[in-house]
Amino acid sequence: MATNLLISIAWTHVSTRVRQTLIGMFGVAMGVGFTIMMAGLMQGSQIDFLQQLVDTMPHITVDDERRSVPSQPADQEYAAVGISNVANINRRPGIKYPDAVIESLKSWLPGDVAPSVNTTTILDHGGRVGVTLTGIDPRLEIHVSKLSSQMRQGQLADLSKAANGIIIGQALAEKLAVKYGNTVLLGGSEGTQVSATVIGIFRSGLKSVDEGQVYSLVGLAQTLMGQTGIINQLRLRLNDPLIAQKVATRVEAQIGYRSVSWQEANSDLLSNFATRDLIVLTVMGAMLLTSSFATYNIISTITHEKRHDIAIMKSLGMREYSVRRIFIIEAAIMGFVGILLGWVLGYLLCYGWSLITIVNPLTGATVPLQIYYSPLHYIATGAIAILCCAVSAFFPARKATRVHPVEIIRGAS
Amino acid sequence: MTEIALQVVGLVRRVQGVISHTLVDGIDLSVEKGEFLAITGPSGSGKSSLLYLIGLLDAPTEGEIIICGQATSKLSEIERADVRLTKCGFVFQFHFLLPEFTALENVLLPMRAYGQMSTKQMNERAMNLLASLGLGEQAVKRPNQLSGGQRQRVALARALANRPEIIVADEPTGNLDTASTEQVFGILRDIANNGQTVVVVTHDAALAARADRRIHIVDGKIQETTFGSEGRSEFATLNETAKCHL
Repeated sequence: MATNLLISIAWTHVSTRVRQTLIGMFGVAMGVGFTIMMAGLMQGSQIDFLQQLVDTMPHITVDDERRSVPSQPADQEYAAVGISNVANINRRPGIKYPDAVIESLKSWLPGDVAPSVNTTTILDHGGRVGVTLTGIDPRLEIHVSKLSSQMRQGQLADLSKAANGIIIGQALAEKLAVKYGNTVLLGGSEGTQVSATVIGIFRSGLKSVDEGQVYSLVGLAQTLMGQTGIINQLRLRLNDPLIAQKVATRVEAQIGYRSVSWQEANSDLLSNFATRDLIVLTVMGAMLLTSSFATYNIISTITHEKRHDIAIMKSLGMREYSVRRIFIIEAAIMGFVGILLGWVLGYLLCYGWSLITIVNPLTGATVPLQIYYSPLHYIATGAIAILCCAVSAFFPARKATRVHPVEIIRGAS
Repeated sequence: MTEIALQVVGLVRRVQGVISHTLVDGIDLSVEKGEFLAITGPSGSGKSSLLYLIGLLDAPTEGEIIICGQATSKLSEIERADVRLTKCGFVFQFHFLLPEFTALENVLLPMRAYGQMSTKQMNERAMNLLASLGLGEQAVKRPNQLSGGQRQRVALARALANRPEIIVADEPTGNLDTASTEQVFGILRDIANNGQTVVVVTHDAALAARADRRIHIVDGKIQETTFGSEGRSEFATLNETAKCHL
């Protein structure tokens, strides 16, 4: 049956009851708007957090460890081998031929790689605190971490200029009342003691890093370890952090050492995000569902008011499903306009939120709320909303158009 | 030989309920093309039920209704709707015009639903129909701006829109004053004279007397058939000249 007839009837119905139509549209608009806001806020904060995380740490860390013990020659030769009196070596094995490994990785790696020495040390400045000391090469470090941009006092390059210079986190500095330029005592695992000068203070935003990480030159770290020439960590930074998992697997396959991507290192955190996503989706679904009750109610009312018209249209020979479609079109009109309003509302809400600044409890910095704007949010909420409208209109419309015209006509006379 | 527009054979309509009730109880009827048939009877006699069955609004429990040679008892709901759209025109006691639409749009409705004509043709036909019923001036008015008699005439124009074989009217003058009653009845008479079949349910004995034939229904059965004062012979001559469509 002529669709434009149905549309013109539907349009007349919605345009002659402005108040009801507006309420229906606002219902949809609210649902869509707040859903978009939620999505923008949630994804914004998540992306912001990941951004910080990815910026703070190397995308891939290669250790001088292996995932499993390499098989021994004796094991390969004989079925059963007992090895007794295994010597307990306290020395780190280190990455063998680090320069060759770095060169071979650089040949294909979509990013950069820098060697470092990772050890633990005791920092003594009145109080004693165990910290992680990472020995780095400042010239290479700028390619693999954001450390140079995280410096609050001093420069990364100053490491090479001062004898035994170190860079410490701001939180650690405050904890031990260490100031820029102070001398502190570092104690290595072999009993070595070295006095070092604080030539820089950084702040990454991650508390654990700011409180427990110290940077020095490679040489100083090696001295504290008592293992000259060792390199026990390669840190990789990729142009695209999202492919870290794939690259890590390839690196590990190539050189044999354990390569951990940032995703693997934070897998518990990321699985939390998955749970959070699920909760957010549920809430958003509930919002849209709630708004579709408005549509249901309005279509119920219209079909009830229009039962005479339904009876007459059916008696004139319009088919039941054609008459039903009129009301579904009405809901679709309300839904469509409601979605457009909702998109505007959602955008304005997102914009409003982005004007609000909050104090980051970790860093103490005032930062604006991060909002993620994505056309996907608009398209998805729109599609779900129009579907909800159609379904919520279908049931009252079906009920109303099923009624036999004779019942209505008899009732009227 | 005159053409049969409507034939009803052994028609029975029962409603099931706490107490089963027979509304129409074995009616046989044959209506010729261009005949004006009036159905009378006391309240609850089943005359309206018979009319709804004839107009395919309701389905019979038993029996057959043949409209222009087409048996209808085995048709699906959609097919019955199509027959209503093309072969039957309805007028009720209440005008049942769509309140948000103008008189013209109401008359256009069945034509647009049928969709066999261009927009221009439909508009022309709707305007002609309204003009022929004296409503040319009222075409763009809404039902609530029209008088009762005018509304009923718009409803008549709508019933005629798709050139139906049969006009089915249920107390079309039930709510009208004397002058409007006269006007509407006159139009129905003209429609029949033009060769379309008219079946009217009415309470008004004086009006029923002016039909070609009157059947009186009591308890769902035809109790009495009376031929109108204007006579069959006159009708027969009219019928010869009248062509199928208005």
